[in-house]
Amino acid sequence: MHLVPSQTRLNFLGHRRKAFVVSVLLLAVAVASLAVRGLNLGIDFTGGTLVEVGYTQPVSVGSVRSDLHAAGFGQAVVQTFGAPSDILVRVPSANGANDSAQVSTAVLEALRGGAPEGVQVTMRRVEFVGPQVGQELTVKGLQALAFALIGILIYVSLRFELRFAIGSVAALIHDVLIVLGVFSLTGMEFDLPVIAAILAVIGYSLNDTIVVFDRIRENLRKLRKEGTESVMNVSVNETLGRTVVTSTTTLLVLLSLFFLGGPVIHGFAAALIAGVVVGTYSSVFVGAPLALVLGVTRTDLMTRAETEGEGPKAGEAHAP
Amino acid sequence: MAKAIQRSYERHVDELRNALREAEVRYRTVALDETQEGAAFLRLKFDSAAEAEAGAEVIDDQFGELAVSPSPQGGAFLRARLTAEEQERLKDWAVEQSITTMRTRVNQLGVSEPVIQRQGEQRVVVQLPGIQNTARAKEVIGSTAQLEFKMVDTEHSLQKAVDQGPPPGTIIRYDRQGQPYLLKRRTVLSGQYVTEARSGFSQQTNEPLVHISFDAKGTRLFGRLTEENVGNRMAILLDNEVVTAPRINEEIPGGRAQITGMANPEEAHDVALMLRAGALPAPVKVVEERTVGPTLGQDSINQGMKSIVLGFALVVLFMALYYRLFGLVADIALMLNLVFIVAIMSLLQATLTLPGIAGIVLTVGMAVDANTLIFERIREEVRVGNTPHAAIHSGYTKALSTIADANITTLIAALVLFQFGSGPVKGFAVTLSVGILTSMFTAIMVTRAVINLSVGRRRLTRLSIGEG
Repeated sequence: MHLVPSQTRLNFLGHRRKAFVVSVLLLAVAVASLAVRGLNLGIDFTGGTLVEVGYTQPVSVGSVRSDLHAAGFGQAVVQTFGAPSDILVRVPSANGANDSAQVSTAVLEALRGGAPEGVQVTMRRVEFVGPQVGQELTVKGLQALAFALIGILIYVSLRFELRFAIGSVAALIHDVLIVLGVFSLTGMEFDLPVIAAILAVIGYSLNDTIVVFDRIRENLRKLRKEGTESVMNVSVNETLGRTVVTSTTTLLVLLSLFFLGGPVIHGFAAALIAGVVVGTYSSVFVGAPLALVLGVTRTDLMTRAETEGEGPKAGEAHAP
Repeated sequence: MAKAIQRSYERHVDELRNALREAEVRYRTVALDETQEGAAFLRLKFDSAAEAEAGAEVIDDQFGELAVSPSPQGGAFLRARLTAEEQERLKDWAVEQSITTMRTRVNQLGVSEPVIQRQGEQRVVVQLPGIQNTARAKEVIGSTAQLEFKMVDTEHSLQKAVDQGPPPGTIIRYDRQGQPYLLKRRTVLSGQYVTEARSGFSQQTNEPLVHISFDAKGTRLFGRLTEENVGNRMAILLDNEVVTAPRINEEIPGGRAQITGMANPEEAHDVALMLRAGALPAPVKVVEERTVGPTLGQDSINQGMKSIVLGFALVVLFMALYYRLFGLVADIALMLNLVFIVAIMSLLQATLTLPGIAGIVLTVGMAVDANTLIFERIREEVRVGNTPHAAIHSGYTKALSTIADANITTLIAALVLFQFGSGPVKGFAVTLSVGILTSMFTAIMVTRAVINLSVGRRRLTRLSIGEG
């Protein structure tokens, strides 16, 4: 059984200009949306209070809103969460007001007080993040991202070559920006688990790109008669089976997580799904083509001994 | 934190006076220089410049934690400041002391398996599983519980003090109803002398109250105080709020007192608890709170597990269909990998959170990827015309460096996450790191062992790997 035919000869690198146009367009949309619409930042970053409660029967969002308004939380955002009897309340931190852990207690009291006779309100989840912590989390998130990228850049330039490292990091930034763009366009809430998801996307996309690079390095040593572009094409084709199988299995798990994992994990799963899709695309159309454009040649990836040797040994000969 | 330094300065005022007196250095005043941010330094005034010099020597000798400098006001004046190291030490001590106190309080609340940890320089993380009333928990953990006894001032007019500010040596404090009290500034007795506190009811009025007992020094102080102040009122303050201000009717020699003015029996119970555990050295503020209700916890874990089991089943099915016998071997390795992860996570006593579950999901993906890399390689070798044994051998050998590269880069990302992330992100990083290591073992070594066992030295003409 094969998801892709075993001996594909698709000319991926030949289409690199079209691919670059597609990538640039996607990036432009993502960046424009981030600049104009921004992200729907969760309280993890803005600071504020989140209260999730379950009523014993469905309840109208409007009446909950007016209960909260009466209790002095006019700026609270109320929405149903998963089921019509589950309510999520967000109280943003507003210029020093609502910055204490007492807000959640007051909100719960207001909800319990406003509930119709005989209806129970149970606390499901309370999160309070002080504005200072929110700021710290933002800084730390960006720091983590920057350090992860630097660490990867160093490792890949040691194992491969600087131009490959640039290609892989460019692919990662490409993927992260597009995932952020998806979050900006859909208005999905951007919270701490989503940051974890984006870092996981980096790991995944990198994994994909490294597998292709590894094959390119191997083939450059083996197929001495072919040009660099042709070797890259052969390598992408040879790893295509693996690329598709891995994306399929990962997506199987992620789709199950997205549809069955419950509302809490929704954003997380969505970020990973978007990341796996663009990560697969970028490992084929961004990483290697960029390294090619930057001028990687056969000798860049060889040790001295190999370049001085006399071509491939008999045992390593590969049937074209 | 400024509070801990402020307290240290306040303590030093008395200690310096005593030390100077004992050394027979004649001083006029030792006072705190207070700015809006709290105490900045101590101001000392002496009879003469020579006395000031002698005083500086005494301080240098006996108080290593103070740095003395000349004052711009002249030779008879000195300034003493806590050294930078001392201030650091005080801050550090305040956090450590707070943790100890919080632990005592939490233990008395009867929480099973609480976690109280320092995080960074000035933060403490408290995890309380199974607590229902979070408002009360926050109160018990976060209240400073600074118990102070101050005499009520009767020499000045309260109304005038409220309108024009308190006269020197006095302060205004309010009770819960907002009623102002004019008090002598000096704290005559504090919670540090309390050895025992329990809640109860007044026999006359049936009001809830707290019984406290003092230690030997406290008993002496309290006895002398009540003896000297019969007829006067003494205010009892908890965290700068006047709880009650009873009139002293007679000397109380036994070292026992009662604090009335409690709103309800529960409050009396909590106040007694906090007095037993001791005060926090500095006020704490809740900067982050995450509470998960019992239903959400169970629901979300059930849902998470359900989605994982289904996703996992789909992957297992896919692998078996796609790679036949080899797929089944990969499936065995995958299950073993899950067992390893769960075992290691429970060894590390890590709690399974949503991001943690997600980390496992990603690991499953990575483990499958390792096997996919190997199996695709074997298929290629078979296509090229290698014998089954040779194909297996070179498939594993060639895929190894790719798998290592891919996993090490992901591990770098996971370690960075662990270093810089907090809370849920950290949990994710832990599961991911553990998963990468176990999956490399199961996907490479375990599958190889099982395949070698099943293929053995038999002559094979073809492999059951879904190729050819």
